[in-house]
Amino acid sequence: MNQLAEQTGVTHYRDHDGAEMLRVSDLHAFYGESHILHGVDFEVRRGELVTLLGRNGAGRSTTLKSIMNMVGRRTGSIMINGNETLDVKPHRIPRLGVGYCPEERGIFASLDVEENLLLPPTVRSGGMSIDDIYAMFPNLYERRRSQGTRLSGGEQQMLAMARILRTGARLLLLDEITEGLAPVIVQALGEVLVKLKERGMTIVLVEQNFRFAAPLADRHYVMEHGRIIEEISAAELPSRREHLHSLLGV
Amino acid sequence: MTMIFGVPVAVFMGQLMLGLINGAFYALLSLGLAVIFGLLKIVNFAHGAMYMLGAFATLLGMQYLGIGYWAALLLAPLVVGALGMVIERLLLRRIGHLDHLYGLLLTFGLALIFEGSLVNVFGVSGARYPTPEALQGGLQLGFMFLPTYRAWVLVAALVVCLGTWYVIERTRLGAYLRAGTENPALMQAFGVNVPQLITLTYGFGVALAAFAGVLAAPLYPVSPTMGSNLLIVVFAVVVIGGMGSILGAVLTGLGMGLIEGLTKVYYPEAANTVIFLVMILVLMLRPAGLFGKEA
Ligand SMILES: Nc1ncnc2c1ncn2[C@@H]1O[C@H](COP(=O)(O)OP(=O)(O)OP(=O)(O)O)[C@@H](O)[C@H]1O
Ligand SMILES: [Mg+2]
Repeated sequence: MNQLAEQTGVTHYRDHDGAEMLRVSDLHAFYGESHILHGVDFEVRRGELVTLLGRNGAGRSTTLKSIMNMVGRRTGSIMINGNETLDVKPHRIPRLGVGYCPEERGIFASLDVEENLLLPPTVRSGGMSIDDIYAMFPNLYERRRSQGTRLSGGEQQMLAMARILRTGARLLLLDEITEGLAPVIVQALGEVLVKLKERGMTIVLVEQNFRFAAPLADRHYVMEHGRIIEEISAAELPSRREHLHSLLGV
Repeated sequence: MTMIFGVPVAVFMGQLMLGLINGAFYALLSLGLAVIFGLLKIVNFAHGAMYMLGAFATLLGMQYLGIGYWAALLLAPLVVGALGMVIERLLLRRIGHLDHLYGLLLTFGLALIFEGSLVNVFGVSGARYPTPEALQGGLQLGFMFLPTYRAWVLVAALVVCLGTWYVIERTRLGAYLRAGTENPALMQAFGVNVPQLITLTYGFGVALAAFAGVLAAPLYPVSPTMGSNLLIVVFAVVVIGGMGSILGAVLTGLGMGLIEGLTKVYYPEAANTVIFLVMILVLMLRPAGLFGKEA
């Protein structure tokens, strides 16, 4: 059975030693006939937390899905950990050390909490142990026998994040993790992200809640109409806050 | 003589037993259909043909290769299951992106091809397969005589059904299957090779049908059309139980067998139609089926 999860082919992925974890160049993506991404360019260095900001429909989720090879067609280049992945099959992408947390969370109703947590196959060594995870998310331990979708929205979000921490992924793609959650939960998620950064994780955070993202991020990318239109570093942020707000329409 | 509602106990229990054994076949077949439907979303019209191929593999294996019943019990499901995986890989996968109606039509066509080819070679009159020596004779239970082979069929079918239920509901492989049924795209994003999971699942569902075919070989005439006759009833059972649930498929299968048996005792004329009557009732009152999730 493990064959299903283990990598069987001849491809051997390598960790390059450079500082670059993810480089997306001239990425175009399509859903059927609709052309959604029009040449996206950005890069993320090892250990960085980078946000993708933008208005609704700007193409942020599509960018993450394109990296996971979950959209119809893609052109351009996506280098993950030094490997070109445009021709890599979807189920091979996580083996490069990528963990994906979808916008709709994707908790499985037919699995209990612990089954949900244990579901994603280990892709690399060095993932968090189940005890570490329960220490980080005590609620999940208490509710480990509940049906996954019986959890509150916040708990489901914790679960969706927790399950990719076990797999050994080093690059996390997180889509709108604070959406619709109460302030105390948003704050707890912020603390989790800080801990993950301390552990050396590289994080791409798609966010609507700029006040949540601002203190956590090293750099911000702003998307509009399927392109990156602006890059702002944490250092530049104070002086460019007004400009950014106008871009986001907040 | 003791009577139950005017029927001798021996007759009553005998029919109940017969019904339960038919029910065991319904359970095995609808279980395979449910597993396949869950992941592939295809109503596998080739299921009856696979059952028939299981019985034929058993018969021909004995005639030409000297393979006995016990070996066939293992080999026939393996061989037919492998054939199923080839069918999935070469045919079903190619139409996976189309409306699921195409899968239904394709498997229906396959069933006709398998049946037709075998009718060409062997004709429609069935051949007999001997009851294995160790299972000949029977048990005198006092109120009825129970042929050993029938008792074996019941036990074997129940063990396989419960084993399947256990694997699906309680193991990691089963969790893959359940999750893949819900959201295959996300499973891929976790690193699970979903196309491979689909091939294995189809092979397994088909192997269950072939296993039922081996069990059936000593009971019923082995003929190319034995599957299509049975499959119509099994589809009714599936409609009654609802596609969603593994345990539901098994329980409905057994239950419908019993209802059929009881009808044979009290109103034999309706025995062949009673399941369809139940189906109509269920469709009117609970369209998703007894165990199905209401949409
Ligand atoms: N499966 C799909 N098929 C066709 N078009 C899609 C699909 N998913 C998204 N789109 C379109 O692609 C564009 C970008 O959507 P995307 O989900 O990437 O936006 P987003 O930046 O994540 O915004 P938000 O999540 O706030 O809606 C939108 O115009 C959307 O309508
Ligand atoms: Mg989005």
